[in-house]
Amino acid sequence: MSPARIAWIAGLLLLAAAPFVGLYPVFMMKALCFAIFACAFNLLLGFTGLLSFGHAAYFGMAAYVTGWMVRSAGLTPELGVLVGMLAAAGTGLLVGLIAIRRQGIYFAMITLAMAQMVYFVFLQAPFTGGEDGLQGVPRGKLFGLLSLADDRVLYYVVLAVFVAVFLFIVRVVHSPYGQVLKAIRENEPRAISLGYDVDRFKLLAFVLSSALAGLAGSLKTLVLGFATLSDAHWSLSGEVILMTLLGGLSTFAGPVIGAFTIIGLQNFLADRVGSWINVIIGVIFVVCVVAFRRGFVGELLAWRERRAARSKGN
Amino acid sequence: MDIFGIPIQAFLGQLLLGLVNGSFYAMLSLGLAVIFGLLGIVNFAHGALYMIGAYVAYVALETFGISYWWSLLLSPLVVGALGVVIERTLLKHLYRIDPIYGLLLTFGLALIAEGVFREYFGVSGQQVPVPELLQGATNLGFMVLPNYRAWVVFASLTVCLGTWYLIERTRLGAYLRAGTENPALVQAFGINVPVMVTLTYGGGAALAAFAGVLAAPIIQVTPLMGSNLIIVVFAVVVIGGMGSILGSILTGLALGLIEGLTKVFYPEASNIVVFVIMAIVLMIRPAGLFGKEK
Repeated sequence: MSPARIAWIAGLLLLAAAPFVGLYPVFMMKALCFAIFACAFNLLLGFTGLLSFGHAAYFGMAAYVTGWMVRSAGLTPELGVLVGMLAAAGTGLLVGLIAIRRQGIYFAMITLAMAQMVYFVFLQAPFTGGEDGLQGVPRGKLFGLLSLADDRVLYYVVLAVFVAVFLFIVRVVHSPYGQVLKAIRENEPRAISLGYDVDRFKLLAFVLSSALAGLAGSLKTLVLGFATLSDAHWSLSGEVILMTLLGGLSTFAGPVIGAFTIIGLQNFLADRVGSWINVIIGVIFVVCVVAFRRGFVGELLAWRERRAARSKGN
Repeated sequence: MDIFGIPIQAFLGQLLLGLVNGSFYAMLSLGLAVIFGLLGIVNFAHGALYMIGAYVAYVALETFGISYWWSLLLSPLVVGALGVVIERTLLKHLYRIDPIYGLLLTFGLALIAEGVFREYFGVSGQQVPVPELLQGATNLGFMVLPNYRAWVVFASLTVCLGTWYLIERTRLGAYLRAGTENPALVQAFGINVPVMVTLTYGGGAALAAFAGVLAAPIIQVTPLMGSNLIIVVFAVVVIGGMGSILGSILTGLALGLIEGLTKVFYPEASNIVVFVIMAIVLMIRPAGLFGKEK
């Protein structure tokens, strides 16, 4: 077996055993939700080359919609998640239609501005609970049968969703469609000259990514039982970028490792350093951009490549 | 006298408030455009620099008793120097790589600045008093004009037009514009482009700080005042397009006014009107009102 495959299996076993080795399930579920979020974001930035600076909008949209559907409309959790995802995808479609009209850095600024608009809508809309957020969302019963109230049961549901999303993204990237996305990332004018309708490819990637970001937000609401304004705030859009960058842009495992690192760090430091946590996040951001652009996984792959090249030289 | 059922006093008051906000949009988008032109970096930290500018004025007054008027000079110098340090130590590593990294780095810087100021000053706002000379209001007959607001509009317009003159009409500005087009060629003609780049970032930072000092007496000075503003300014920049200096100034002022009008007629939408306009402009003219199609 290749070392990569061993690493995958080991990672999966570790995740499956997590509740039995004393890892706090709620923390693990939260980290998995953010891992889904970062993977969705990486599909866009890492594999299509589009920097969305407003991904919290889709996360937050789904978080609120799912919360409202489950709590006030009495939907079962899987339907609530589905409706939340659809709402996120719809928002992504609208924003995407506008944002793909510009490239590069403008794309980032437009997505950020549109996300801020979504944030203000949540701030003022009657159903979001304003500054308090949407509290007391019940977990309910999956398909009306399986109660999710037990942390361990919900953990395995979240883990299953995470594995499905992960495999889905691997599949998409390796599909012919994913190859076109890569071509757009590497050289957009050339992809156009080859006859690809680049805008449609980009838009579909944007909608896919926002739907998956929404899935992450929906699950987060179920896990924690609330949706708040911070789910849609620009600082969360920044955090998901950092998770992806820190773990390794354009790699499959990178965003997962990045998400666990950042959520773990926040969890660990929250009681110890108070509001210095934002400063620390900022410093990691700066260090990542200046000296560590490949991220953990990217550095590891580069190191292996260098070693392989050296042994070939001998 | 009423306009569409709104008392004219309230109407003109909101319009003036819109003009004041528009002046800030104009000053900040101007700085963003100049920095982007030469460095190719979208400076997310612009909002943080604006915030630091306001805090320098606050600390100068509270701790050292330095008056508002000296702060108007001192704060841009301090923040400009900070900008020079940032450019020399961090940004200069990024000129050869994808511009998104510039946005991410300055985003990180903004987080650091906000976090540090939040630690020292808390999240609640600080007040800077209006300087004595500008207290009170002038009755114009049809409305009462607060002197300080008038001063803000006047001062920011002066600074904006001064910047325009510097860039479009002086020799230094010509170098700057040439550097935006083709830095290698300008360097070959014996102009020290790296120094020019450093000074441009410092200048943009100073401009943001100046706006911060102007804003300090009329808003709550808080660590988050910059980030909330900078996202709107991004939308302003997208609407105007970063191609033209006068375009940035006009767009900034116009959007401030439109925002003010929205506050009068449909206050719920005043937070989002700029973003809605951005979406509409992008549908009709993707390059922005004053941008050049590529």
